[in-house]
Amino acid sequence: MSATLHARFAASVARFPDRLAVSDPATGRRLTYAELDAAARELAAVLIEHGTQPGDRIGVSVPKSIDSVIAILAILRTEAAYVPVDAGSPVARNAFVFQDCQVRYVVAAADTPLATHDGFEIASDLGGSLRLLRVAAGPGTATPGLAYVLYTSGSTGHPKGVMLTHANALSFVDWCAREFATTEHDRFSSHAPFHFDLSILDLYVPLAHGAQIVLLNETLGKSPATLVRALAEERLTCWYSTPSILRLMLEMGGLAAGAFPDLRLLLFAGEVYPVASLNALRRALPGPRYYNLYGPTETNVCTYYRLPDAIEEGRTLPYPIGWCCENDEARVVRADGSRTAVDEEGELLIRGGTVMQGYWNQPDRTQAAFLEDPDGRWYRTGDLVRRLPEDPACYVYVGRRDRMVKRRGYRVELGEIEGAFHRLDGVREAATIALADVEAGVHICLFYSWNPEAGAPPSSLKLRQHAARHLPPYMIPDAFHRVDALPMTSTDKIDYQSLLQLAQAP
Amino acid sequence: MREQDIHNHLKQFILDEFLPDTPPEELEDSTPLRSGGVLDSIATIKVVAHVEQAFNVSLDAHEMGEFDTLAQLVALVMEKHA
Repeated sequence: MSATLHARFAASVARFPDRLAVSDPATGRRLTYAELDAAARELAAVLIEHGTQPGDRIGVSVPKSIDSVIAILAILRTEAAYVPVDAGSPVARNAFVFQDCQVRYVVAAADTPLATHDGFEIASDLGGSLRLLRVAAGPGTATPGLAYVLYTSGSTGHPKGVMLTHANALSFVDWCAREFATTEHDRFSSHAPFHFDLSILDLYVPLAHGAQIVLLNETLGKSPATLVRALAEERLTCWYSTPSILRLMLEMGGLAAGAFPDLRLLLFAGEVYPVASLNALRRALPGPRYYNLYGPTETNVCTYYRLPDAIEEGRTLPYPIGWCCENDEARVVRADGSRTAVDEEGELLIRGGTVMQGYWNQPDRTQAAFLEDPDGRWYRTGDLVRRLPEDPACYVYVGRRDRMVKRRGYRVELGEIEGAFHRLDGVREAATIALADVEAGVHICLFYSWNPEAGAPPSSLKLRQHAARHLPPYMIPDAFHRVDALPMTSTDKIDYQSLLQLAQAP
Repeated sequence: MREQDIHNHLKQFILDEFLPDTPPEELEDSTPLRSGGVLDSIATIKVVAHVEQAFNVSLDAHEMGEFDTLAQLVALVMEKHA
């Protein structure tokens, strides 16, 4: 059997044809492994009939639903790679992603605004809620072995595509199966959207083991109380999300009130979990094993930390990101590439099974992302960590070395936000900074200067409306500050330190 | 509570919480709030929590997903009060 995600799914179909594969509490629809397989085969046949070739890339712009799972499995079955986007993101951004990645087709929701966008046309009605869109920029070069391309925020104003293979995905899926002892009796939450790397665990760990995926779509995902109800009613055994949503479920969803005897694993990733809030969650839900998982999209999860069973009252430091998964290898280096001592801060490098091939169509950026040495090719995470003196194989997250922040689990390059505001007529300069916010995690402020000849400066409503046309919702700044001119350093660079002080001034 | 009072209350809440410095006339009844970048998912949850508390109503997940404008939010509250 070849080592692909769809081959693992096929093995589960053969072993567990009548077990539930996927359910959607929002609609009540549920499919067994045999039914999901039949639907994916049918759609794959249509894709092939329209000329889809192995090594193609096929876009997916469908709100999370059983149809979107079918679309993904169908694409993998054709041996193409899928390129998922947030169907609710601005159409110009999604169009950029699909054109940049030279996808042959996009499987899209029936009401997609892409259908009338330049360079896209409806190729076929797929029945039900789906359409097939032909992309003028496609199909581009074949890329055999790729399973998916995930676009993340890019520092130069446009998102960039992270290329991951079946081998990358399976390296992670198999590590999960060993660490979490997955069986066909598990029921996994699928809270993260499919363009977010957390979804790789949600989808493929269950599908490789005959377990069940419980889809929590965007509407359900907005209601903490509904999520708590789904956790109980669907009798989930494994929950995986960002800390942000768990905090809302605890604070606003009445999480403590429920009893969840089936829940055995509680996994979180994507941002630092403030320890007081995490301990409040553990007091409310003492049953499951808790794991802090860490890894950028480029490596998927590469370190993990299993929290000790006893709650350390009075602990204020966040928990470590933990130990390197055994399918990967980690190293901490100084700016000159030499290894750090124990407890010394340095950049975390990762190599091994889960590490990406590179950025789509960006050889220079790919080269810059890796450090080559006689021991191999190491991905530079850009994250600063230190090793614990009492356990030197255990890593503690310190911060970032560049201008990327995590907001609600999403990567946000502050430069991409600035790029969007440079496109607003009248804006002379734009700079974004991120402030740590104990409540909200990260608070993003945009500073800008305005050309008076362009008329009166815009209100925050107008600025937000502009942002919504160019950026996904999680990248829209929280606050806007107009200044006469941005402060500059002596080397004529934007003085971000001064902006930080300005933003924190009362 | 009269429709106009509910309208004024919610408009002021959105202006105060999310749109400092915005002239009230710019926030129209039909201004898209969620698709227009005013309310993200966390802000939407805050608005819903405020609505539930201020007007003593309860909204389910489906209803929360329904509104995108001030007019729609007011209508939702009116419907709950009917």
